[in-house]
Amino acid sequence: MSTATTTESKELAPVSAESLAALLVSKERPSRPSAWSASMTFGWRAMLKIKHVPEQLFDVTAFPIMMVLMYTYLFGGALAGSPKEYIQFLLPGILVMSVVMITMYTGVSVNTDIEKGVFDRFRSLPIWRPSTMVGYLLGDALRYTIASIVMLTVGMILGYRPDGGVAGVLAGIALLVAFSFSFSWIWTMFGLMLRTEKSVMGVSMMVIFPLTFLSNVFVDPKTMPGWLQAFVNNSPITHLASAVRGLMGGDWPADEVAWSLGWAGLFVLVFGPVTMRLYNRK
Amino acid sequence: MSTQKSGLAIETAGLVKTFGETRAVDGVDLAVPAGTVYGVLGPNGAGKTTTVKMLATLLRPDGGEAHVFGHDVVREADEVRGRVSLTGQYASVDEDLTGTENLVLLGRLLGHHKKSARERAGQLLEAFGLSEAAAKQVKHYSGGMRRRIDIAASILNTPDLLFLDEPTTGLDPRSRNQVWDIVRAVVAQGTTVLLTTQYLDEADQLASRIAVIDRGKVIAEGTKGELKSSVGAGSVHLRLRDPGQRDLAAGLLRRALDAQVQPEPDPVALTARLATAAGDDSAAEQASRALGELARAGITVDNFSLGQPSLDEVFLALTGHDTHESSDRSDNPKDEVAA
Repeated sequence: MSTATTTESKELAPVSAESLAALLVSKERPSRPSAWSASMTFGWRAMLKIKHVPEQLFDVTAFPIMMVLMYTYLFGGALAGSPKEYIQFLLPGILVMSVVMITMYTGVSVNTDIEKGVFDRFRSLPIWRPSTMVGYLLGDALRYTIASIVMLTVGMILGYRPDGGVAGVLAGIALLVAFSFSFSWIWTMFGLMLRTEKSVMGVSMMVIFPLTFLSNVFVDPKTMPGWLQAFVNNSPITHLASAVRGLMGGDWPADEVAWSLGWAGLFVLVFGPVTMRLYNRK
Repeated sequence: MSTQKSGLAIETAGLVKTFGETRAVDGVDLAVPAGTVYGVLGPNGAGKTTTVKMLATLLRPDGGEAHVFGHDVVREADEVRGRVSLTGQYASVDEDLTGTENLVLLGRLLGHHKKSARERAGQLLEAFGLSEAAAKQVKHYSGGMRRRIDIAASILNTPDLLFLDEPTTGLDPRSRNQVWDIVRAVVAQGTTVLLTTQYLDEADQLASRIAVIDRGKVIAEGTKGELKSSVGAGSVHLRLRDPGQRDLAAGLLRRALDAQVQPEPDPVALTARLATAAGDDSAAEQASRALGELARAGITVDNFSLGQPSLDEVFLALTGHDTHESSDRSDNPKDEVAA
């Protein structure tokens, strides 16, 4: 371990004026990176952050495990006769719910990160402007993938057997991660709009709880009152949960997949530009 | 650079930025010749950083115009961004990443390929004496090291214009000198530097022209010599052996030097602000004449020092108030001098 060396300049090697001059002589500038390359570079920054602060993976490991265990054993006996029966229905849904919930950490980290001096530098670079945010979300996509793998593993241990096989499971995860990436633009918007971390957290809870619980994740909507069915059946989370459930179950729920991707596109189209507007104003 | 030889690196006209009710920048006109260090001198809250942020395309001006190498900072922000680099007041690098990672990250964002980004990062770390700390997270760096990595990040591609926003605030004298050396090396290669600072001696050391800014307005502009002669030659600080002789000494100095003399809180100390000097030598000459007068009058001087005009004095001379008033803290006893 490196001891926190805040010892002053006496240990610091001198600045070499000659080599500095030699470096400065070159005035050539490489051509600007493409939008893709800049976004991937910011994605790499997100990975480096995970490498240096691995604790931030806590919310994509411990939290999902807790969710699977809790809801399987809490509702399993009552709703499906046994936890083992229930997990067959629950796992894809709880997977969707947990990963969508995890997306809200994006807002909090954008909110704290944006205040740092390094953002002034990023914003003074001649690069595709949204790449900073896209990079963020690419890093988060990795976190969502980790959370999905963790939950599937726990689910399999508890007895979940996906009929869709490897291909179905991969398709389900891919759809979920793509949706979450798009959905996260809501949080980048709030992260930039609201002044404190706490208010970001507060608003996120207000959005995420009704949205995820009022869906078909836990039970079939047919048991709900009509007005609630109207909401639940049209919720993006319901469409996504049905799509993921179908894909992992070996079906090809084309309608639900299309609905999920449609919603995902809508989120990017609406909240992407708002995020960038706020980012440019910050 | 050749196209800018005769031109201006920065030109602003009536630049304004308001935050709510506050006019942080209130009609700033600047003309910064290319290839020089231009100092923007002012106390905290004077509008220096806000001005720099507008010029670096980070803030949109609410009024007026600003051009960097002929490009409008709003309409042609991308052209401007391609030619400038910014080193902020706080470290503009990612504290969670290592020195190498920071430089490679920025190198990639500037369009270098992986290999050349790594190469350039290594060379810069070497030149800045940071090779040993290359694999350490920046949050473990000392103040001086942070400044270095920050400036290194700014010159990954040699910029045409480098903004240095208070580059030595909070540094010890030695690290400060090293930063000054770096700035000199950068300018020697043809880069224009806009330096903001609270320290008169820093502007004096590095800048060829200086703008003094206060409450969002430029209150004086010129070469170092012009600015200094408008402020006076400096001040003489004296400590007498006998507090009883202070009034006598003050009277003598006032006559001999034609200077403003001011008693200090310490009963044996007083300060004489020297009048405008014709050349650099005459401050010392005036001071030695004063000492002679005091000796002839039988006043024993225990301690004597000749000070450069401080930023406080520049402000007093230019505005009639000292730097503290800018932040509405006028509880300083020195304020009385203005009366």
